[in-house]
Amino acid sequence: MSTELSNTNASEIGQALLAARRKAGSPSMGMVLTLVVVTDERDHYDALKVAHAVSREHPSRILGVIRRSPRGAANVDAEIRIGEGGGSGESVLLRLSGEVANHAESVVLPLLLPDSPVVAWWPTKPPDDPAADPLGALAQRRITDTVTNPRSKIPALVTQCRNYTPGNTDLSWTRLTPWRALLAAALDQYPARIRGGRVTAERANPSADLLAAWLSDRLHVPIERASSKGPGITDVALFTGGGEIEITRPDGRLASFSVPNTNDRPVALKRRDTAELLAEELRRLDPDDIYEATVQAVCRLSDADGNAKPPKGETNKPAKQSEERGSGSVSKPVKKPAAAKATSRRALS
Amino acid sequence: MIQVPQADPNPLRDPQDRRLPRIAGPCGLVIFGVTGDLSRKKLMPAVYDLANRGLLPPGFSLVGFARRDWADQDFEQIVHDAIREHSRTGFREEVWRQLAKGFRFVPGDFADDVAFSQLRDTIEELDRERGTAGNHAFYLSIPPRFFPDVVAQLKEHGLADEHIGSWRRVVVEKPFGHDLKSAQELNAIVSEVFPPEAVFRIDHYLGKETVQNILALRFANQLFEPIWNANYVDHVQITMAEDIGIGGRAGYYDGIGAARDVIQNHLLQLMALVAMEEPTSFDAYSLRIEKQKILRSVELPSRLDLHTARGQYVDGWAGGEKVKGFLQEEDIPKDSRTETYAAIKLGIDTRRWAGVPFYLRHGKRLGRRVTEVAVVFKKAPHLPFTETATEELGQNALVIRVQPDEGVTVRFGSKVPGTAMEIRDVNMDFAYGGAFVESSPEAYERLILDVLLGDPPLFPQHEEVELSWQILDPIIAYWGNHGHPEPYPAGTWGPKSASDMLARDGRVWRRP
Repeated sequence: MSTELSNTNASEIGQALLAARRKAGSPSMGMVLTLVVVTDERDHYDALKVAHAVSREHPSRILGVIRRSPRGAANVDAEIRIGEGGGSGESVLLRLSGEVANHAESVVLPLLLPDSPVVAWWPTKPPDDPAADPLGALAQRRITDTVTNPRSKIPALVTQCRNYTPGNTDLSWTRLTPWRALLAAALDQYPARIRGGRVTAERANPSADLLAAWLSDRLHVPIERASSKGPGITDVALFTGGGEIEITRPDGRLASFSVPNTNDRPVALKRRDTAELLAEELRRLDPDDIYEATVQAVCRLSDADGNAKPPKGETNKPAKQSEERGSGSVSKPVKKPAAAKATSRRALS
Repeated sequence: MIQVPQADPNPLRDPQDRRLPRIAGPCGLVIFGVTGDLSRKKLMPAVYDLANRGLLPPGFSLVGFARRDWADQDFEQIVHDAIREHSRTGFREEVWRQLAKGFRFVPGDFADDVAFSQLRDTIEELDRERGTAGNHAFYLSIPPRFFPDVVAQLKEHGLADEHIGSWRRVVVEKPFGHDLKSAQELNAIVSEVFPPEAVFRIDHYLGKETVQNILALRFANQLFEPIWNANYVDHVQITMAEDIGIGGRAGYYDGIGAARDVIQNHLLQLMALVAMEEPTSFDAYSLRIEKQKILRSVELPSRLDLHTARGQYVDGWAGGEKVKGFLQEEDIPKDSRTETYAAIKLGIDTRRWAGVPFYLRHGKRLGRRVTEVAVVFKKAPHLPFTETATEELGQNALVIRVQPDEGVTVRFGSKVPGTAMEIRDVNMDFAYGGAFVESSPEAYERLILDVLLGDPPLFPQHEEVELSWQILDPIIAYWGNHGHPEPYPAGTWGPKSASDMLARDGRVWRRP
């Protein structure tokens, strides 16, 4: 069921939601959270589709917000849908133009579900500081996706990390969960002391940088960052006295897992779609402490790096990038004794 | 065996890191009776779904054991088909390739020494080649009468011996015996070979998810606890209804019947979970202690003829289809006295529940498929309304819906809009999410993962099994000596004696 309202306001939208729910004959839907999707004309269809899919696991009120040009007369249009697209909650797509486009939070605030968590999600084009964004400020959980940042991705990641506020999270971190799980399982199986490691991925891949930061933060060793053609992360190696623990995934689907002294084994390690990532994010709504520790590590590593070299790669042009830049940077952990004996991979193997 | 270097806590794990799933350590699973229905429809798909969700260790191996003349490739094909057809999470080639490398098949009889020594060789080979590290679980997906053979063979061929740093576990399906005596015998056989913590009894009706949902509802909330006792609760109805008949299970079902099949394990477990006191912690041990206390306090009605009921479905129309009666089902003797419907009334002799009857019922070919626990509250002691105003007001109820559509319903009275004062029952519903990617793992997935992780299961151990038989044995014995099950038409809510049984107490069954 769908209702369209033009030139409206939050109170009318609220009434229309209530009316639509009554008409649909289910006065209570057990919705557990409000998901604010900050999007634009071009991306809203896909973004809301994902949100609807996710609302099957997390019944939610979905508020899609499109901020149009702030010029001209203020106008609020709303499209209300209930029980559609397989979603179990309700959704409102708001189009704000004119001055009200700069005050989206005034429309969203009255539409939040009472007494339940609010999550803001930027499917594309995340703000530099989500917690300072007026819509982000309404939410206790702010989900961005650095990969979609039109700016060069690595500085974008560093910006996100510097502006970290508890409750922020990024889908480039979520993407790592299967990798991290597998690496942790590898150390369960082969609990050796790790002397170093290497993460190989596409050159501009925020996930890979987060993974390197996580590993160096947890293991207190330097992690090399090498580049490949992708897709995504293609190889992670941890160096031990007995050889390498290595997970290689050349095709983005099937990985090969090897620990010293056993045969290589294939492991499925598929790149997940956005709905799966978002569903994972919504499973926990408290701040992610491990992510926080990891972004701090990213900041430390970037400081260590940035002092040595001028900021690079600020260009947006997809021009042919020089090969040594991506493969050269060795992440050095700060204040770790292990840093003193940072050795190259060749020396170890 | 792999030389494992010194063991420190894994630096990549952190209790705060709640995204990381627990992946089972290196291990393998051996399924006996791998050609059976259960194995094809549930076990193999569950193994695949676990792999698909990234929860199986790299190198996980699956060994099938059955009396077929198959090579590894034939077995692979069977598993492939089973997964294609029944897996929950969708078939993916790369997951399949990860798994398929670890498939082995051992043909043979349960009495066949050669087959079991071949099984041992296979397992040792897997330890060498796939790094399963000597950790193996044996899943006995076979009729209980073969348990002694298989368990003895496992022992004889050294397959049950745990070496230092590795484990062996055994999984036993319900039914756990058919009465107290047989349950004790069965337990003696298994426990002779495997220590109690290595024996996993599985009741697939009662998924861990459900158990945990009930525990969360009861013990994470302040709202329900104060009224969860005889002061406020009038009675409790626990229902598991199936709309299907016995299908192809004639051989198993005849002589077993509804009470043994479902009430003994599933419904008594649900009752124990709903009635028990708060455990000191949520580990399996503390939980078991509380459940056992409830099962020990169960009191049977003094007149079994008045407070139990049983039935047998006869042909009729069920859900728009014409269906056969129980006695017309294939391989069921025409004079079978096996009940397909059973209802019993139990009391619990504790301070909390004294005087509150628990009504348990289960049947096949009933109105619809549903499992629920309804806690029905007493009427308000005084109603400041006229009698006409509250004519349609029933008793408040809190319903824990187990399946389908897992959730909670609260039923209470509300004024009907309008000028007249009229109060009627309304429902407030809560549903646990739905059918999304990872939200509702099949009971078997949870269960196999628990076995592989060595998570002490929430499933009953032998004390609980034996206590449950102690409750049920006198009822079944009474039924055995007194008459026949009462016929009821397929597609209805059971025999008249069942409604009479509640009417005697001034109550009615909920229509679930």
